[in-house]
Amino acid sequence: MKSNTFIDNLPKIYGMYTGGFIAFIILMAIMEQFGMSADTIGILFVAFTVFIYAAIGWLSRTMQVEAYYVAGRQVPAVFNGMATAADWMSGASFVAMAGGIYFGGHGYLAFVVGWTGGYVLVASLMAPYLRKFGCYTVPDYIGTRYGGNTARLIAVIILVVASFTYVTAQINATGTIASRALGIPFEVGVWFGLLGILLCSMLGGMRAVTWTQVAQYIVLIIAYLVPVIWMSNKQGFGLIPQFAAGDAIQRVTELEALHQVGTLLPTETFKGLKALTVPHAAAGDAVASWKFVTLAFCMMTGTASLPHILMRYFTTPSVKAARQSVAWSLMFIFLLYFTAPALATFTKLQVLDPNLATGIIGKAFADVQSLDWIQKWSAVGFLAISDSNGDGILQINEFFMRGDIVVLATPEIAGLPAVISGLVAAGGMAAAMSTADGLLLAIANALSHDLYYKIVDPSADTKKRLIVARILLLLLGGAGAFVASLQLTSILGAVAWAFDFAASGLFFPLVLGVWWKRANKQGAIAGMALGFLAGTLYLVNIKWLGGTEWFYIDHLRFAIIGMPVSLVAMVVVSLMTPEPDAETQRMVDDMRIPKGETVLSAMH
Amino acid sequence: MSDITPEVRAKHWAKTKNLTIVTLIIWFIFSFGVHWFADSLNAYTFIGFPLGFYMAAQGSLAVFVVLIFYLARTQGKIDEEFGVAEDETK
Repeated sequence: MKSNTFIDNLPKIYGMYTGGFIAFIILMAIMEQFGMSADTIGILFVAFTVFIYAAIGWLSRTMQVEAYYVAGRQVPAVFNGMATAADWMSGASFVAMAGGIYFGGHGYLAFVVGWTGGYVLVASLMAPYLRKFGCYTVPDYIGTRYGGNTARLIAVIILVVASFTYVTAQINATGTIASRALGIPFEVGVWFGLLGILLCSMLGGMRAVTWTQVAQYIVLIIAYLVPVIWMSNKQGFGLIPQFAAGDAIQRVTELEALHQVGTLLPTETFKGLKALTVPHAAAGDAVASWKFVTLAFCMMTGTASLPHILMRYFTTPSVKAARQSVAWSLMFIFLLYFTAPALATFTKLQVLDPNLATGIIGKAFADVQSLDWIQKWSAVGFLAISDSNGDGILQINEFFMRGDIVVLATPEIAGLPAVISGLVAAGGMAAAMSTADGLLLAIANALSHDLYYKIVDPSADTKKRLIVARILLLLLGGAGAFVASLQLTSILGAVAWAFDFAASGLFFPLVLGVWWKRANKQGAIAGMALGFLAGTLYLVNIKWLGGTEWFYIDHLRFAIIGMPVSLVAMVVVSLMTPEPDAETQRMVDDMRIPKGETVLSAMH
Repeated sequence: MSDITPEVRAKHWAKTKNLTIVTLIIWFIFSFGVHWFADSLNAYTFIGFPLGFYMAAQGSLAVFVVLIFYLARTQGKIDEEFGVAEDETK
């Protein structure tokens, strides 16, 4: 790719790509009319899109360090925004978020607020300054700002723990989607998903991941919005579902009283499935408020500390572009996030409202049992109905499902054509693959650049460094897929942990590195190590050792313990030890103004 | 970078800090303030939504988007005011 003409032509290239994808959707719709089966359509959707990503990955191959680590620092703000949005929105955002809101109501929206508000911290405290610093990885910044291999190494360890927790969940999600869409066993699906992920990232590093992530964003946002808007219009809820959801919430609240949501509790259990027990819009008492703000806080600080997100802003051409790019990222994320609550509301309405053709609660049990979508999703264990009280009517506490159903089955519940289900599968795949790519690259880059090149073998030449980076990527991917195939954790538990790990260990060392000149090496080491340790010990204690939770701080919120420890340790130890040398202080001064060479290149 | 005096740096940083503090105050209100009182806010409705629910589902999110665009623009102006913005020719 000739860099400059390529960059100038980006709008045209991705415009054509979007047009091509829409043409593909239309083609599939036509094939469906000609009798192509839903399964074949699903396979074609996933195979076609993964093939395109792999092709982009191949075209973006590179042997240059700057291109491999930071995409040559020439990604325009808007495109980097799309890439970040894809990097950010994981399988969990795409598949599980609407389901989470369906079951959790207002309380779950803490995730939605947390995962968007975090970008304010990224934009105001971190991204522009780290861009000016000119590092390749997040530990690279920690290691250079504070000096010494110890700080660098601890940052690498925290990065690996946080990102690896996260990446297993993503590979798990690609496996689930691939196995369902292609009709292969989950264990095989995991490795197929990994193959797609590695094809995108191995040859071209950050450059390849950037351009595939832009492509993946386009697929995932179309795949999320089209079914929801179509469903809303088909069911007569309104032209723009996001704005029409308000009236639906009022109706849902009436129906909750009718169906006794929260009063009728399930008497049976099905593995991995839940019945609805939480009212949709009610916010609850002070404890609920406390839970909301603590969860939002952990997710926000975690967002601002996760290396795979921060490193996306290393790729922009300027500090100014980095700042604008954060705004664009959130704009693109917003499009999906403000749709998810609407989707959850409408799905709930369709299931609960006896006046709608789709309503099932309060209907005759035998009639519900004979519905196509109930049978299909029961067969794969995503859903279960059981007439617990034997009255022949389906009550709210007799309908069990997995949250993922809300996104995956919407097209079928609303009676949309099969082509939409294929589209949703492709979107889920894009979401999980793009996040997995970003995470794997963040880990592999930290290990190859910070551990191997900076600590183990500083004399290694370019070729050797990039080969090591790729071997690490391969090994890490394999390890991730292996852990995923063991199916140890549910998707969301693991995702929240990644944020808590990152916030506990990295948030204050990252922020204070810019905002507090007095912060020094000893302080940063203490802040990272003790914060991370405190958070981790708390998690282990309440999760596995049967310890009691303090003030409702559960395993999703352990950064509430880790972060204060990190802050206090960092400040106290910094003040007890000598202030950073003049060169470091000058480095901080230079980070704070956009003008001039990056701090790192000025040092070399 | 020798052409930027310590005085200019200090003034630029002071203004940058103020902008950051204002940004974080707005962030704090819409991240935690409004959601703490979600139950009370639910007594009001906005385009059909209970207000507390609306703020968590859409309102705060929209504020964050606008806030970051505002921050990026204003910080850009501050950088230009003190002559520390990047050269546009690059």
